[in-house]
This record gives sequence, structure tokens and C-alpha cells, in this order.
Amino acid sequence: MHYFDHCASSPPQEEVIRTMAEIMAKHYANPSSLHRSGQEARNLLERARLVIAGLFPGTAAADWLFTSGGTESNNMAIAGAARSLGRRGKHLITSAIEHPSVYDTCKSLEREGWTVTYLPANEAGSVSADDVEEALTAQTALVSIMHVNNETGTIQPVGEIGRRLKERGNVLFHVDGVQSIGKVKVDLEECRIDLFSASAHKVGGPRGAGLLYVRSGLQLAPVYRGGGQERNLRPGTENVPAIVAAAKAFRLAVESQAERADRMYALRERLLACISAIPELVLNGSPDVAAGGQAAPNIVNFSYPGMKPEVIVHMLEKHQILASTKSACSSKSDEPSRVLLAMGLPRDRAASGIRISFGDEHGEAELEWLCGMLRKVVHKLKPLERKEG
Amino acid sequence: MNPDMILLRFGEFTVKGKNRDKFDKRITEQVRKAVAGYARAEIVRAYGRIYITLNGEPYEEMAVKLKSIFGIASFSPILRTTSELEAISGAALAVMQALPKQPETFKVSVRRVDKGFPHDSQEMNHLVGGHVLRELPGLKVNVREPEVELRVEIQPEGTYVFSSVVPGAGGYPYGTNGKAMLLLSGGIDSPVAGYLAMRQGLELEAVHYHSYPFTSEKATEKVIDLVRRLAHFTGSSIKLHLVSFTDIQTAIAQCNHNSLIITLMRRSMLRIAEQLAEQREAHGLVTGDSLGQVASQTLGSMNVIGRTTVLPLLRPLVTMDKNEIIRIARQIGTFETSILPYEDCCTLFVPKNPTTNPNLNIVENAEAGILNLQEMIRQAVATVETMNITPEIQSAVESAGQDDWF
Repeated sequence: MHYFDHCASSPPQEEVIRTMAEIMAKHYANPSSLHRSGQEARNLLERARLVIAGLFPGTAAADWLFTSGGTESNNMAIAGAARSLGRRGKHLITSAIEHPSVYDTCKSLEREGWTVTYLPANEAGSVSADDVEEALTAQTALVSIMHVNNETGTIQPVGEIGRRLKERGNVLFHVDGVQSIGKVKVDLEECRIDLFSASAHKVGGPRGAGLLYVRSGLQLAPVYRGGGQERNLRPGTENVPAIVAAAKAFRLAVESQAERADRMYALRERLLACISAIPELVLNGSPDVAAGGQAAPNIVNFSYPGMKPEVIVHMLEKHQILASTKSACSSKSDEPSRVLLAMGLPRDRAASGIRISFGDEHGEAELEWLCGMLRKVVHKLKPLERKEG
Repeated sequence: MNPDMILLRFGEFTVKGKNRDKFDKRITEQVRKAVAGYARAEIVRAYGRIYITLNGEPYEEMAVKLKSIFGIASFSPILRTTSELEAISGAALAVMQALPKQPETFKVSVRRVDKGFPHDSQEMNHLVGGHVLRELPGLKVNVREPEVELRVEIQPEGTYVFSSVVPGAGGYPYGTNGKAMLLLSGGIDSPVAGYLAMRQGLELEAVHYHSYPFTSEKATEKVIDLVRRLAHFTGSSIKLHLVSFTDIQTAIAQCNHNSLIITLMRRSMLRIAEQLAEQREAHGLVTGDSLGQVASQTLGSMNVIGRTTVLPLLRPLVTMDKNEIIRIARQIGTFETSILPYEDCCTLFVPKNPTTNPNLNIVENAEAGILNLQEMIRQAVATVETMNITPEIQSAVESAGQDDWF
């Protein structure tokens, strides 16, 4: 089986599984308990926080909250900031290509009296820093832009946006970094990021563990109520085994990021060449960074206009290849991709997107196999194309 | 700009005749330790100064370490050039351009030690100043109150150019003014008192009283963290004496002199510290007392409590404002640990109305009524647990679990 769906969820690494299993067996005490076992669990939790802070220069352990994953981090960041900042102004800027956990949270704020600007992306999938700046009003309290788009893999100009926002002063900047950690360089300090979300299972960690960075001095309003854990923002007994395993996965991912990016850009280039050579397929997103584009190293998105993407996914699976249509979170709906539409792509192209996302286990041999299968599948499907009237 | 050298200047101790050698030796040793991790750095001793030649080692990292060495009054990053006008002018411009913020005014001060150099100091002031002014439009000369003083020293071996003077920690080299015991509770004040005492050249050993199970192990961990932080300033380690105070404290709590509990506790603590001082050959006790801050720190309380010991009681914070103490605690990195909410034995059994003006006779009578007090004190001293805390030892959090889990 060739698993090309790393952006949906990635295979956990052996040593991460071992960390999780051993801690689960030994350290079951509640970190809030006063006894020694409880304190040991607490210390594990705090050491995990130190490890995380060490991966992101300019951040302190106290700035990091453990959450259940990217969706929760995004909800807590946006709803929490909105509730604590409401008095500053009720305007929020985001983009039309965000993950549903950002997009739908913003939609729900509109029902609470917020005005939301949804910026479009260009054909390469990129939101423009100029557009962000132009959309700013005196009422703007928060800007939320993702780092790497989960469908196209396009890297957004968060550094440039962060710098311009700080020139304007009082606007908070949230970045959904779920797809960027371990793939592209993340520098929270340089990009002037106030809030940052991450998820462990995208980097070989366990599901049910995520991170939210909250810049020190920033007060979020709690979305949940409970026993005061995680600075009262994410109450509930901490998932110690998953959190420590997540810290390990994040560390491994961040420490090898540069090497991984180089390796994957080479693979991506081959895949792009292969897809370009199949006339029925059209690439979506941005060229590689080396070619002047803004693509993350691990994601390729293409369309087969006139073909239902589910058919391709199922055909590929017959040949032991697992890929996705749109993002896994919304792949069951029949609608065209909101992200591809926001990039201005025609409806037939937006409705037929396929995402290939690879991982550390893939090399040239796997990519060759994938290319061969794509050619084969397209050849078989060709007679079944639906031509627009 | 990574400078070529760092010039270290020392404080008042350099003028103190006989002790000077001891001071000199101690500070050189500490500077040597601070730069030990940088293989290419070399230390050059000169009269009343030390130069560190960097040979490419990073200045910024080293500066952080130098700032915590007691006895260094200030230091300056220096560019070193050959003694030729063009090279000196170039270095002067580089130094000005490397300033974190471009000043509006400056002046040049040239010292020509090498009299063989063709231009005298006055000429050099004009030549170097003129070059800098031409290259940095907007900059003006102000000889009376310049924002920046650009200094040039023409020595026989070469010319040193520098402008920034970074304040050091000041004081005396650690351990050059004797040894004392520090009573360390875990609050905000006592670590600051310890820091100030150390800065004045005192070597310290810390004494902490715990009342397990009334106090938690977290409280002890917290004190270890504080001592570790203080150990950063010594260049080596600090001994921490952990005293079990449970028996004494419960006896005092039951002696029916509720308002005197704190007074009686403090007196017993001083007795224990005094005996430990004798064993450790220390000649003073350092406390975090600040006049009037709590009931046991009124002048009346200090009088009755202090009588317990004949050793000098050093109270570096005695006239200091709380905000000032907190400012130092933040600066030395003890504040965040100090405010962790673990109870220490000083806050246990605290009466609602502690006396602010205890009567010595009543206090002495109350002590006489506590069965076996002297014996319990002797026992506390005999069972003391001593740890050697180095800056490198890991905290409970840093060493939690197994390393390969992370």
C-alpha cells in the first residue's frame, strides 16, 4: 500500500508509539493530583511544554497550551480572541481558503455581530498581503490566515502580513500552522504571530493532541469551562501520554524540516513533470519555491476536468495508492472545492481536484509507481469523460 | 559587527591595596570559566583590566555571561586595527554603524599612548571625527553632552576603537569578602537578599526549613530551583542545607502563645542557622528582612528575634521598597519561581494577629516552657540534609520521565 494522504493524517512513528504506550502504562495519575504520582505526571507535561518552546525561538514554555488538535486550537484562538477583544472593534479578516475550523468559526462570529472579510486567493492559491492591508479598518481586531493551505499546499505570505499588521499596531494575528510544521520553516517571532495552531497527527504524532501558541501578555477568553487546566483555557484532565508523544513528534519533525523539504521538493518536481505530461490533467496551486513559486514540498493538487474525482481516488486505490479529493474533512460532499473556487478556477476544475501528499517513507521508486498508475488510470477513464455541452 | 576584543573594567576593589591580588585572581578565574566554552577566545591581563580576544567567537553570547559576573563594573566591545590613519577611521565608522540606534550627537576621544604615531590626539579627534561625519549625514558633534563617545586608544601594539560601555553587575568578585549563611524561604525577598550579598563578595550557603508533611515536596523543589538560579552568579555551585523543622514547629504551635508563634519560629531558625554557620565556618547570617513588611520584620520583632544570635545579621533589603525588590527579582530571574504557590513553613500555622512588638521576657519564658526545645534544635542541625547545587543540575521538570520519551 502506498499512502499518499499524509495531509489528512500521517502514520505515527515507532518511537512516538513507544513513548505513548509506556507513559500510558506508567503515568496514569492525574497531573492535578497532589501526590507524588500526580506530580510526576505534571512534570512530564511541563517537560513536554519546555521541549515545544525550545523548537520555536522567542517563545517560552508558558506561551504554549496543549489542546486536542488543530480544530480545537483554531476555535479557541478565534472565538477566544473575539470574545476578549470585542470592545476593540468587531471586524475580522480571514481568507476564503481557510480550513473549515477557521472558516466556520468566522461564519459563526458573524451571527454574533462580527463583520468578516473573506479574502480571495490568486490562481496559484496565494492570499495577498496587499489585500489584507487594504481590508483593514479602524474596527479590525483580528486577522486569521493559514500558513500552508491544506488542499493546494500553497504557502501564504504570513511573514509579510505579520510585519504589516504590526506596523498598524493593535491587530492580533492568528496563523493556522497545521500543515506547515515540519514542512516549511516556522518562525513565530519573525512573522510577528500572536496565535498559532498546530496538530500532532499531521507530523507522525498521535491524534487528539494539538498546540495553541498564545503570545505572552495576550488574554484569550475561555471557550470551555472546567477545572482550570491549561491556564483555564482548555480545562479537562490533560492527555499526558498523547501530549508527551506529540512533543516528541513535533521535535523530530521540526529538527529535520530543512532536510525533509529538500528531499521532498525533488520528489515533488518529478511528480509535477509527470502530471504535466498527461494532457487530461491540470495542475492546481503554485510552482516550487525554487521555481519562484510558493509551494510546500509535500503536496500536489491536480484536476481532471470532466471526471468525478471520487472515481480517480477509487481507481488509484485498486492499484494500492491512497489519495484524497479536496481535504479529507470535506471530501464526502459533492460540492466543488471552496478553496479552488476561491482561486478563481472554473467550476469543472474546482469540482475535480485530487490531492497527493507524501511523507518520509516515500522515495523515487514510490513516485515512479504513482506516475505510472496515474497514466494508466487516465488512459482507462478517457472514454468516460463528460464533456460540457 | 562581531568585535575583535572585549575590554573588561573593574570596580572599586581594584584600589584596595593588599587584597587586590586575591580579587584579581578570583575575577580572572571567573572570566576564564565564562569563556571556557569558546576555544578560540583568549584572555589577556593588563593593569586593572582584562581583555578577551575573540578570534571570531560570538560576542553577544559572551556578553550575556559577562553581565552576571560580580566585580565587573562595565565592558566594551572593541575593534582592533593597525595604527594607520585610514584603518582607524574605517574602524571608527564601523563602530558607529554597529550601534543599536543611530545617535544624533557624538564626540571622538583619542588617547595616543604610542607617541611614535604621527598625529597627536587633537589632530586625531578632527581627522577621525571628520571621516565619521562625512559618512553619516545627520550626525553632529557635541563635546559637552554627546549621546555617544567614540573612543580611540593608540597603543604600541595596535589601536583599539570602541564606543559602547555596557554596565556589568558591579560589586566584588564572588567569595572575596568572606562566607555567610543565607536563610532562604522560597519567597520573593530572600533570593534577592542572597543575590545582593553575593554581589558584595560574600560566599553563601543556603539554609531552608521544611515542615513535611505540612509543606510539600514542591516547596523544596522550588527552593532548589532558586538556589540553582543564584548559583549562576557564582561560576560554580552553592550548598543548600535542608532542615527538618516539623518537630520544632508543631511544638511551638502547641505552646499556647498564638501571637508569638512567628517570633518563636524565627528565633529557633536563627539558632539552627548559627550552629550550621559554626560548622561551615561562616561568619554571618543573611536574611530577606525588609523593615515593616510583616509582623516579624518590625523593628521591635527584629530586636527580639535578632538577639538569638551573636553573628552579624545582614539584611540587604532592610530599607528597600517592595517594588524595588520585585524589580531585582525579575532582573535576576528568581521572580517567576518565587511566586509559585507552594506553602513554605513560614506561612504555616500563622496566627490571625501576630505580635508586631514582642516582649523579650514573655518570649524567653515561652521558650523555656517548650519541652526539649534545645534538644530539638540540636536534632534539626544533626539531621540536616546538604545538597550541592550547580547551575547545570536539571530541575524536576527538565529531568521528568525518561529522556528517550521526548
